[in-house]
Amino acid sequence: MAQDRPTAAELLAAIADFLRDEATPALDRTEPRLGFQMRVAVNSLAILEREVRLGPAADAREHERLVGLLGREAPLAELNRELARQLRTGERDEADAALMAHLEATIADKIAIANPKWR
Amino acid sequence: MSVHTSTETETVARVLGEATRRHFGGPATIEALSRQSGGASRQTWSFDAVVNGERHALILRRDPPAQGKTERERAIAVDRATEFRVLRAAHAAGVLAPEPLFELTPQDGLGDAYVMRRVGGIAIARKLLRDPPYEAARGRIAGQLGGILARIHATDRATLPPLVRREAADHIAELRRSLDALGQPQPVFELALSWLDRRKPAPLDRPVLVHGDYRTGNYLVDETGVTTILDWELAHLGDPVEDLGWLCVKSWRFGAIDRPAGGFGSREELWAAYERAGGGSVDPVRAHWWEVFGTVHWGIICLNQAWKHLSGSIKSMEHASIGRRAVETEVDLLQLLKQGA
Repeated sequence: MAQDRPTAAELLAAIADFLRDEATPALDRTEPRLGFQMRVAVNSLAILEREVRLGPAADAREHERLVGLLGREAPLAELNRELARQLRTGERDEADAALMAHLEATIADKIAIANPKWR
Repeated sequence: MSVHTSTETETVARVLGEATRRHFGGPATIEALSRQSGGASRQTWSFDAVVNGERHALILRRDPPAQGKTERERAIAVDRATEFRVLRAAHAAGVLAPEPLFELTPQDGLGDAYVMRRVGGIAIARKLLRDPPYEAARGRIAGQLGGILARIHATDRATLPPLVRREAADHIAELRRSLDALGQPQPVFELALSWLDRRKPAPLDRPVLVHGDYRTGNYLVDETGVTTILDWELAHLGDPVEDLGWLCVKSWRFGAIDRPAGGFGSREELWAAYERAGGGSVDPVRAHWWEVFGTVHWGIICLNQAWKHLSGSIKSMEHASIGRRAVETEVDLLQLLKQGA
């Protein structure tokens, strides 16, 4: 059954906003070490918010590309294991344009969730 | 991060009082003792010892007995006794490194531990890169780091304790073992490791002392520039260019991405200073190889940090969250592999 709003992303964003704007400044005044830890926590909540919002579609795209690249259907983790194996043995390498396009797209989706400001 | 109890602080203070008395040959008062950083396993404590009216600013480096070190940390990091001897050799060779003073004994009961002099300055990249007091220092750091590194690599091997020799091939094998232990497929890291494997530099006839963690965050800076090089626990024998490559890994620029030398200068500036100070001439292809290697290395360290939490060896949100930084190095690797085919 669908949950009522807020959605998971909305609720995570609300928690992150509260912890960043209200709890962190208070901690900085009394317990700076915990203030630092709180920033780490707020940053992780922001990652989760983006993951809830963007993750499912990103995983689906990655899966579709892998099926095309490896020419068979299997769960995402299994296909990635196969790709990793081929890359270690050298069966595929950076000269493979389809491989590189897949990796570029996959990593672009991953960084958009983990740290969109990274460049 | 584990909370240290006042009892632990009291024990450390009592032992340090006794040990500094032995070393300086006079009754010692321990003041301003505080735990600096690190996890439960590798601790750094700052304190002052007042002996015969003279104040000594000191640091205790300490591994408590049998505390949650991972397999990998045991495999690649030197113990404190070895670190002490490396520091002594480097300091004697004129490297800007903290002066090591004395080791604690097993009877002291603090684990594997030694005391060194405390040097002024800060290591926090964010401040060094942006705060006004470091304006003048910023322009000097890249060159200083090149010069200091040349001295480290020139340390007479006869003065060093036995150290592991680690060449390119050993590093690649170690990272692949590490990925296997984590058990999660990592196509980009596999691609990069195979790229590295096919191009690996030949082992040197005469490996040198490699610092092993020479990067922004691991040296101290004051208004005048670099004051000392810290964190020698990954010291080993190997290719000097390893340290030059590691310093230029993008993660150590802390946002100053157009200044590869630790966020403070160009690669060419770093290499020129290294060569001027007597380091060998730097081959850009070799340096690129080690920069790519360093980038994979840091990515896999991120995964390992998270694994420490996930495996239960330490309970730490901070460690857990570092796992999500691995992808930053995947972005950088795809970029680097495009540049230098």
